[in-house]
Amino acid sequence: MSNLSIFDIAGPIMVGPSSSHTAGACKIGQFARALFHDTPKKVTFYLHGSFGEVYKGHATDLALLAGVMKLKTSDPNIKNAFEIADQRHIQYKFIPKDLGEKYHPNTVEVILEDGKNKMSVIGSSIGGGMIEIVKIDEFDVYLQGSAGKHLSLVVCHQKNPKIMAELIKKINKLGIRIAETVESSFKDERLTVLSLEGRRITLPEVIDLEMNTEGVDFIRSLSKLQTQ
Amino acid sequence: MNQFEFHTTEEMLALCHKHKLSIGEVAKRYESERSGKSVSAVRNKMKQTRDVMYEAVRKGIHSTQKSKMGMVGGDAHKMHLALKKMPEMMGNKVTVRAMSYAMAVGEQNASMGRIVAFPTAGGAGVIPGVLFSSAEHFKAGKRKLLNGMFCSSAVGLIIAEGATLSAAKGGCQAEVGAGVAMAAAGLTEMRGGTPDQCFHASAMALKSYLGLACDPLGGLVEVPCIKRNSLGCMVAIGASDMAIAGVKSFIPFDEVVLAMRNIAKIMSPKIRETALGGLAVTKTGNMIKQKLGMKITPMDL
Ligand code: SF4
Repeated sequence: MSNLSIFDIAGPIMVGPSSSHTAGACKIGQFARALFHDTPKKVTFYLHGSFGEVYKGHATDLALLAGVMKLKTSDPNIKNAFEIADQRHIQYKFIPKDLGEKYHPNTVEVILEDGKNKMSVIGSSIGGGMIEIVKIDEFDVYLQGSAGKHLSLVVCHQKNPKIMAELIKKINKLGIRIAETVESSFKDERLTVLSLEGRRITLPEVIDLEMNTEGVDFIRSLSKLQTQ
Repeated sequence: MNQFEFHTTEEMLALCHKHKLSIGEVAKRYESERSGKSVSAVRNKMKQTRDVMYEAVRKGIHSTQKSKMGMVGGDAHKMHLALKKMPEMMGNKVTVRAMSYAMAVGEQNASMGRIVAFPTAGGAGVIPGVLFSSAEHFKAGKRKLLNGMFCSSAVGLIIAEGATLSAAKGGCQAEVGAGVAMAAAGLTEMRGGTPDQCFHASAMALKSYLGLACDPLGGLVEVPCIKRNSLGCMVAIGASDMAIAGVKSFIPFDEVVLAMRNIAKIMSPKIRETALGGLAVTKTGNMIKQKLGMKITPMDL
């Protein structure tokens, strides 16, 4: 069972018109951007279900793109997301697509590219501005975009169990506890989501862990994401 | 498990009885425990939320601007003017004002103004409509109004956990229906009703909305959404009056929530926010679709 915040219900504070199609979409964009880490040069959005049917009227397209550019759900500039993306030379495309039965009707697959790297993030907007990230590249995951709870670290690494053990030791040394680890594997790679407790991990700490732990491909911290 | 954790009405009522607290007070402590912030910090956050809602109401009741497609705009203002002509109205001041406030929020939302999605953007008018208008009537202190908002949030959380707040999953019962049930409880708490009375009010309110289609014209959160919010205030106030008068819901709220989930499961996707059924495919609905460059959907009769 989930652990929702009162402010998931009494919120988010947002620019209209739709909590699921505008605010939730913006949050999925923010998550995708945080997972990709850099500003992408090109973003493609595959819109599934109701997202694909009515995205124009609800400004879902503007909101998704705004989220990828780190705008908040309450930012009046969401309206101008296309112009802002053009100024920043970010290419964008929206394509309605059936992603399959198993996905929530408000789901989008975001493909982010910057010439060197490419990442796919699938997220669903489950109502009232709440979201879930359910797939990152080939890995099935479950990340909740709930108010005030983004202490997670997403780690992509080789399958060898020693790698995670070492990383966890290092994180503990920083005085941060690990509340939960969830793993997902594909071929010989593994994606682990660590839910942290205590304080937020800082960006230099994340970079240090990423650079100096062998077998780790990348680490992304979601702690900077919008908390309401 | 945290001391104030709850997922269902049953758990919430047990906490209220054990600690001799109202639903709103339990909700506040739940959030404080969950977030690690003090109760007063949590209360302050709710104050900010309230301020954004007030701002949307204030702007909305004075605006006469039409939305892009010209479907909505200016009705909140009309209802606000009606407050000066009360002898012509059948409802009382509380209800007319509530309807005008609810419309104000809906109209602001439709024009990409700032609102609070409480519980969702589409259903965001009912709670400020009912709670603000009633608070003005009793001259309720800030604390009471905030407690009403916390109580409404707790009811929303129970709906989110037991069923859904997504119209794409459950239709309009999950948006306006949920908003009405939440407002009914919040108002009942503000009037000094017991926690049990609050849930009777929500149960009676939600029962009236089970199965409501989500069928917005052109997929825009405008028609029928805004007027549904407005009229939803009447149901919320009525349900609260019934509960205060001692009327009980025959079916407990938790069971009503499960009924909502069951209906969501068997509801056609055509009336779940896809604009493929109901009002969205009427002659008028299709005209709007055409204007938006969407495919026309023949009405299946
Ligand atoms: S009709 Fe649909 S979009 Fe409109 S308020 Fe109801 S659920 Fe929301």
